[in-house]
Amino acid sequence: MSVPHKVGTVKSKQAFQATNVNTQPKAPVAKVVKAAGKKKDEEEATDTVEGEEWMPGKTLVKPSDQLDLTEEELNEEITRVLTANNPNAPQNVVRYGFKEGCYKPIIFVDQMAIHFELEGNLVHKESDEGRRLMAKQAERDSGKGAEKLDNVAKAGDKERKLTNQFNFNERASQTLNNPPRDISCQTEPPPRANFSATANQWEIYDFYVEELKRREKSKEKQEGQVLNKEEDKSKKKMIQAETQSDDITQLAHAAKIIERMVNQNIFDEVAQDFMYFEDAADEFRGEKGTLLPLWKLQYDKAKGLSVTALCWNPKYSDLFAVGLGSYEFTQEERGMLLFYTLKNSSYPEFIFNTTSGVMCVDIHAQLSYLVAVGLHDGCVAVYNLKKKSDQPIYNSTASSGKHRGAVMQVKWQKDDLDSNHNFISVSTDGRVVSWTLVKHELVFTDIIKLPATDKVPDDLKDVIATAGTSLDFHKQKDYHFLVATEAGKIHKGSKYYSSKFLETYDAHFMTVSRVRWNPFHPNVFISCGWDWMVKIWDQTIKSPIFTFELKTSVTDVAWAPYSSTIFAAITNDGKVHVFDLSINKYEALCQQKVVSKKTRLLHIEFNPVNPIIIVGDDRGHVISLKLSPNLRKKPKEKKGQELPKGPEVEIAKMEQLLSSLR
Amino acid sequence: MAETRDGKKEDADYKRLQSFPLIRHTDMAEEMRVETMELCVTACEKFASNNENAAKMIKESMDKKFGSSWHVVIGEGFGFEVTHEVKNLLYMFFGGSLAVCVWKCS
Repeated sequence: MSVPHKVGTVKSKQAFQATNVNTQPKAPVAKVVKAAGKKKDEEEATDTVEGEEWMPGKTLVKPSDQLDLTEEELNEEITRVLTANNPNAPQNVVRYGFKEGCYKPIIFVDQMAIHFELEGNLVHKESDEGRRLMAKQAERDSGKGAEKLDNVAKAGDKERKLTNQFNFNERASQTLNNPPRDISCQTEPPPRANFSATANQWEIYDFYVEELKRREKSKEKQEGQVLNKEEDKSKKKMIQAETQSDDITQLAHAAKIIERMVNQNIFDEVAQDFMYFEDAADEFRGEKGTLLPLWKLQYDKAKGLSVTALCWNPKYSDLFAVGLGSYEFTQEERGMLLFYTLKNSSYPEFIFNTTSGVMCVDIHAQLSYLVAVGLHDGCVAVYNLKKKSDQPIYNSTASSGKHRGAVMQVKWQKDDLDSNHNFISVSTDGRVVSWTLVKHELVFTDIIKLPATDKVPDDLKDVIATAGTSLDFHKQKDYHFLVATEAGKIHKGSKYYSSKFLETYDAHFMTVSRVRWNPFHPNVFISCGWDWMVKIWDQTIKSPIFTFELKTSVTDVAWAPYSSTIFAAITNDGKVHVFDLSINKYEALCQQKVVSKKTRLLHIEFNPVNPIIIVGDDRGHVISLKLSPNLRKKPKEKKGQELPKGPEVEIAKMEQLLSSLR
Repeated sequence: MAETRDGKKEDADYKRLQSFPLIRHTDMAEEMRVETMELCVTACEKFASNNENAAKMIKESMDKKFGSSWHVVIGEGFGFEVTHEVKNLLYMFFGGSLAVCVWKCS
């Protein structure tokens, strides 16, 4: 409202210090109290009203900077108008007009003056935002409420859920379900059986007894198998790990060892002599040597039998075979084959009883358990030492071509082309027969027939046979053999010639008891006969190289295996003669009686390894003797020359000597 | 008298020698037989005085191992006739006087 101003009185002069409004004719006056002047105006208005009443005597005070106006001017009436215009609003707003390209004044200017502004948060119910808010509000309310409210709300939500109806598709379907059906089945029950029995004390007992019997039987069978292995040439001191066999069989092995030990203790001196004794006196004897008696082996049951054959085992150098029989035709027919070992001199290792007297024995060179035996009745038999039985594994019978006379000598041969073992025998019926071990039987092949002697009339030559007494095969060319006859002849034959002999030597006047090839020299052999002679031959020469006369009939002669010039001969008077041709060509180095009177020595054999000889007599005893060093002299080693050739050179020298003598 | 006594003693000794387990009749498979025999021996030795407990032990073990249901008879004098599933019968002696019969029949 506009307060009309009175014309400025003296009073108002105080208030007009700073106002320009008075002087200006068109001073806009606003109702709003912002302007300082306006306030003052209102104060001034009230003041004047109050002032008018109590101010009678006021003197006029004139401020220093008041305008000096004249009276006329003082009495002039100035009109003042109050308008609604904003005094602060700009009055001369100018805007650039692009159209004209110049500034243009704007006439209508906004006169509103905003004194106070406050933004409120009220939204109109009907507006979009309001509706949205209302919906949200409803949601929030329903979330706190009960399930029903929820459902309702959800329903409400679903209704309101905004799904993309263009990209989203929901589809469901249900396959056909087969209707269920019941099926049942019953398997066959496991088969059943009935069983009945009685359980009594006696039934139990009986059954146990039976069981024990059964077990014993099975044990015996096992034992049998075990013992076979144990008796494999007994030198093998392997202790079998068979714990199933009875204690008794194990005891046998232990007993054997104990027996050996006892024997060794008893014959301790002998054993020491055997191993170590070297006769020192030989140095003083010059060339002569002696034989030291060692063990004397005998067997009770062999009393009355003579030693008819001796053979060392090639594999075990202390085992040898003794054949016992009889040379007399009138004596009772029985025989034995014994195996002795030097380690046990009181009892033989193996004992075989034979139906007739054993005349000859030979042990296979490689398979030292195979033993060939020739018997007095003409049979030949082969024993296998590995087997426990007492019987030979092969036996020749009349049908299989056994000899018609006593078999005097058997010798093993090398296995033939079919790898069958074979051996050759010679007998008093004059036939030299080869026997082959084929599976379970002996197959014989005649090799040659000894020719009849000259004394036999021609027409009887085929019938009356010449008895063969000895047989030996050449060491290198084993198809050559020598056969000695009762008639005193020695025939040299070959396995491949069955009709004729290669050579015949008129050796002795009486029966030739032994013929043997020299182990080293291929041409030399030795023979001995009942005509007191020992002869050494060169097979190329018809007459003997050396002849020795030994005063009684010589029953056996043997070469030493370690020297080609040493041999030993035994005579009927119980003497052993040892010769060494390289040392003394005319005399024996040793002539020693080894048995008591009236005992005849029948066979002699050198041990292939040790320097001992065994001699068999006609009482069934075997005596072992050790050769003294003088008898064992090996020929002086010539540098660069092998042993066999050494003696050969010697013999050649001797031959030259002889031929020079002739 | 003394002789008969000796005779009896010998018999008793003999029986002691015969106390090993001995199968009288069986149609079981090898493994099963061995196992069952050992089980019986163990049980009889454990319950030497009480056959019932031994039988109980055997029966329960057999049920567990080889399925139900097993039957066991232990004694010194009895006769029996049983129906058993084939390959599931064992009849053995033990200890010189004890007889054990084990069979399965459900």
